Amino acid sequence: MIPRHQKVIFALLLVASLAMAALLWQLRQRAHQRMIAGEDAAPTSAPEVAPAVQATLLVASDADNSLITQNRSLPLPTDPGARARAVLGKLLDLYSTPDSTHPVPGGASSIAQVFLLPADAVKPAAAAGHAATTHADAPAAKEPDSTGPLLAVVNLTGSFVAGHPSGLETETLTVLSICGTLHANLPRVTEVRFLVDGHAQATLAGHADLTRTYLAADAVPSEGSHP
Amino acid sequence: MPRRVAIQLLSLFFAACSLAAQAPSPPAAKFAIVLDAAHGGDDPGGRIGNLSEKAFTLAFNVRLRSLLSARGFQVVTTREQDAAMDSTRRAEIANRANAIACLSLHASESGSGVHLFVSSLTPAPPMRFPGWKTAQAAYATRSLALAGVLNSSLQQAGMTVTLGRTALMTVDSMACPAVAVEVAPERDAEHKITGELDSAEYQARVAEAIAAGLLEWRTEGRQP
Repeated sequence: MIPRHQKVIFALLLVASLAMAALLWQLRQRAHQRMIAGEDAAPTSAPEVAPAVQATLLVASDADNSLITQNRSLPLPTDPGARARAVLGKLLDLYSTPDSTHPVPGGASSIAQVFLLPADAVKPAAAAGHAATTHADAPAAKEPDSTGPLLAVVNLTGSFVAGHPSGLETETLTVLSICGTLHANLPRVTEVRFLVDGHAQATLAGHADLTRTYLAADAVPSEGSHP
Repeated sequence: MPRRVAIQLLSLFFAACSLAAQAPSPPAAKFAIVLDAAHGGDDPGGRIGNLSEKAFTLAFNVRLRSLLSARGFQVVTTREQDAAMDSTRRAEIANRANAIACLSLHASESGSGVHLFVSSLTPAPPMRFPGWKTAQAAYATRSLALAGVLNSSLQQAGMTVTLGRTALMTVDSMACPAVAVEVAPERDAEHKITGELDSAEYQARVAEAIAAGLLEWRTEGRQP
């Protein structure tokens, strides 16, 4: 003879099991619906490969403290900010090769972002020494509509700066080759500033001043001259 | 009696005045040279083999100071020991010296020979109250001339020299003809090292050539 209280417990457990099974079924259905909805939102067309265009790189040479112009055919995005990052990435890729004329480890991933801002709009902030934080937080990753001069803010990674060789010549060449390459490919870029991991830093590796605004045109060498 | 004492005192006073007038003037500030050994303390600078850049610049600073003192210059150094010093303090020392030349001493393993760098600030006319970070702009033209004289002297000594312009905080704040001198190993045409940075003979050659250049700079009367 089964006691009455055991029968009651058995009935309660049975009801709870059935309720949990129903809940599980319902949750499964919801997850399935969400998955289907996600698939509908996924892109159906393959990403397009950007067409190759002529890019100009100002490649540094430690041997004679010079910047040498090299023309390369590269697939570059149309967005100016993305294009600037891609060109600088290629430049730093060259520096990270074993036979580089200006050996610097890091490669393309050393450029975290390149922001393009109207040069005139940020001058008061730059003069006050607050340009760095303003640039990092500004919603300015997109190209302004005007056709005026641009300030490029190059955000370098901390690992690139930590691994950069220390020296007046080598640091100066890195800075000038970045400025010159930006100006050669985006002539509207007239001024360049640098950040490291989103913050202002005093020097690149103990020498070259990263707190100042560089005039991009000054970095472009005339034929056969040194920077 | 008191009259005689008064006369003696007066004669003593005039004698003292006369001696003071004939006494040689203190070392002319126009012949002062500032040597700034870069880095120091917790800022070692770059690595040069087993040596740090701060140790090299301090040793080179001592060597160059001796040569310049022997040539009659008044040498002002920004640091004489392994101590940390920011660029502002260095520039302050240089600007108080009223020097005919200020040299910021550096060293690097990259490149070849001696690299001479002048501030990349755009030359500007002298101002009564120049900006601290752009004080060098008023001296940019004379700094270029100084770099030219040092270049000639180093080349006459058979050294490889590269000239350039850079943004260096210490130099940009200096109110004197200023050049950053970066000493790198001497290399031949095949980039083989022929003069090591830790070689006393190589350091002596570079220091002698710089001292000769500064002597020429003084002789040519390019004081401020």
